[in-house]
Amino acid sequence: MAGVSTPHVLLGLLATGTKHGYELKRAHDARLPRARPLAFGQVYATLGRLQRDGLVAAAGQEREGGPERTAYALTGDGRAALDRWLSEVEPPMPYVAGTLFAKVVVALLAADVDRARAWLIAQRRAHTERLRELTAVKTSPTAALDELVAVDFAIAHLDADLRWLHTTLDRVADWHREVHS
Amino acid sequence: MTELQARAVVKAYGPTPALRGVTLDVAEGEIIAVTGPSGCGKSTLLHCLAGILRPDAGEITWRGQRIDTWSEAARSRLRRTEFGVLFQFGQLVAELTAAENVALPLLLAGTGRREARTAALTWLERLGVAEVADARPGEMSGGQQQRCATARALVTEPRVIFADEPTGALDTLAGEQVLTRLVRLAREQGTAVVLVTHEPRIAAYADREVVLRDGAVDHTGLGLDASLAGGPR
Ligand SMILES: Nc1ncnc2c1ncn2[C@@H]1O[C@H](COP(=O)(O)OP(=O)(O)OP(=O)(O)O)[C@@H](O)[C@H]1O
Ligand SMILES: [Mg+2]
Repeated sequence: MAGVSTPHVLLGLLATGTKHGYELKRAHDARLPRARPLAFGQVYATLGRLQRDGLVAAAGQEREGGPERTAYALTGDGRAALDRWLSEVEPPMPYVAGTLFAKVVVALLAADVDRARAWLIAQRRAHTERLRELTAVKTSPTAALDELVAVDFAIAHLDADLRWLHTTLDRVADWHREVHS
Repeated sequence: MTELQARAVVKAYGPTPALRGVTLDVAEGEIIAVTGPSGCGKSTLLHCLAGILRPDAGEITWRGQRIDTWSEAARSRLRRTEFGVLFQFGQLVAELTAAENVALPLLLAGTGRREARTAALTWLERLGVAEVADARPGEMSGGQQQRCATARALVTEPRVIFADEPTGALDTLAGEQVLTRLVRLAREQGTAVVLVTHEPRIAAYADREVVLRDGAVDHTGLGLDASLAGGPR
């Protein structure tokens, strides 16, 4: 699966106002709940590249007794790059790829049907458990909208994977019956 | 503690076998999903558990008492007091308003009119559809109808709710509004739910999943399947 474009997410967060690196990290983790938290190092490295490319600019420094902190602002070019990204339609699965899919193919190739089945069953169990865990978030009376939107995204993808795992399990069983009849 | 149990239940429709010896325990307050491919016997099992259908063989017990041998009148009394049902299409009475529909099970159980109406309004509120209290089903969306039907199933504060594809006719968001509320309220009241569905996404609302295949329990558990792990069937 394609990763999230961290540079664009940071540009988007800066569109709401000038921020220091650590504020960006906090805004990222709050806005994309349940995403992998962004490491400070990654924030600074990304900001460095964005600054080099003229998409963000330093907007003053501040010294609070501690280390020097630079605030960053979106530049005109940065705004244009963000707009371009926001209006670009993402290619819908341009390549059929994914670890789940590759594993089934390789299991059938390098091992045997039983191995593929055993893996499919174990993976299905893991997916089902995760699906249940995330679904529980929805029935909690305190779930916030950001969180629901995040959880929906994960649930839709797990659900799609699960359907594929079910179907593939049935197909592999049929294939096995054909080969051994 | 087991509250409701099916033991080796067999049921056929004429020559068509629907259940071939199903054993299933429903614990107090447990939310259990019954899943499996179309025609595997999910609805038949639900109807047997709810005392709507009588099994050909096997037993249904409620708190240790065998109920499948009871008279139709006795089973229907049990259904009125201890059970609630929810089907794919709400099956509200078309001539009655939402509040009247929800009050109906209470009136049938002998509750006074005023008290029944108050309870009905409270449950419509809990299901987030207070605004349609005086509307008739024809004037409501499918999601609103289903939330009223859920209020009607819960209004008697039953011990078990039987729900057969309760979101089958709804879009994802409307379905979620029914299920999240049903599950939340059932948990608050310690009501068990037997949830029939063929969708993994819906089954994920349950504590436990029982998968039927060709009228028998194929596997059960969280994520499934000791019986399949042994290799091809
Ligand atoms: N009233 C009936 N008369 C005759 N056969 C029936 C009747 N109801 C169900 N059956 C048959 O019994 C079997 C089990 O049916 P059941 O309705 O319990 O399945 P199900 O798992 O609920 O299916 P679905 O997911 O399609 O609702 C099927 O073979 C079905 O055709
Ligand atoms: Mg059915």
